[in-house]
Amino acid sequence: MTRLAAAALLALVLSPATLAAADGQQAAILDAYAAKARAADPAFTGFSAARGEALFRREWNGGDPRTPACTSCHTANPKQPGRNAKTGRPIDPAAASASPERYADPGKVEKHFSRDCKSVLGRDCTAIERGDHITFMAGQ
Amino acid sequence: MTHRILWLLAILILAYPGIDARAGGKTLPPVADPLVANLCGECHMAFPPGFLPARSWTAIMATLDDHFGEDATLPGDQARAVEAYLTDHAGDAPGGGGLREFMRWVAPGGVPRRITDNPAFLREHDFPERVWQRPEVVTRSNCPACHRRADRGLFDD
Repeated sequence: MTRLAAAALLALVLSPATLAAADGQQAAILDAYAAKARAADPAFTGFSAARGEALFRREWNGGDPRTPACTSCHTANPKQPGRNAKTGRPIDPAAASASPERYADPGKVEKHFSRDCKSVLGRDCTAIERGDHITFMAGQ
Repeated sequence: MTHRILWLLAILILAYPGIDARAGGKTLPPVADPLVANLCGECHMAFPPGFLPARSWTAIMATLDDHFGEDATLPGDQARAVEAYLTDHAGDAPGGGGLREFMRWVAPGGVPRRITDNPAFLREHDFPERVWQRPEVVTRSNCPACHRRADRGLFDD
């Protein structure tokens, strides 16, 4: 019975409808960041996966010494699971293909950016950086 | 005769509350509240509140902006709900969610913040440094790295 419930839950989580819903929420989150990016810089033309990747791989050394880069926890391969470099807790992959629910809840996305940017970059991330990051992860 | 045996059993159980189904006293109730489990468990194992006295949880929840070097601030309503659960189920709470052995080592009025500072913890975890250096361990507070059933409150392995 438990196995049946688990299978039903898994089917629900991975169903095309659920994934489409996560996609829709991800698009809405990106739209909101794009509006903020335009407000901050009228020359803004769109997010870039390449800039997002550079942001992800750069050694910032700006915040907590245990997390000099995003890759300190998420590893160099976003499709792989990571590990919190401070607590040792395993982390689901950052790639949207592996963890679509990661970019579906605007409140959660904001919370993670505000914590992790401070920890890695030593400052807040801009709306452009946030959108670039999600755009990069959406293609992974 | 039967009565005498029952009395003896009752006295034994009362004298050693740690022996029944508590695996040598190394079991304590895990976090049962989904909100607390999710919010705390986002970054680390949601530690059983019985590890610390209520005043410790109050102090920890009052300083979430510098939570062991991390900004773990929560919206006010969530922070209040988490604090209420942790203090209600703390090691010194009436009814006691706590591990007796652990609470015994807390100084009267002491406000420990780290479970791993407790001498009871240190005595049980007197390992060579190479054990702590294993890549999956990362930090001494990462119980599930070695205690496979830590999420269920079992620390006997």
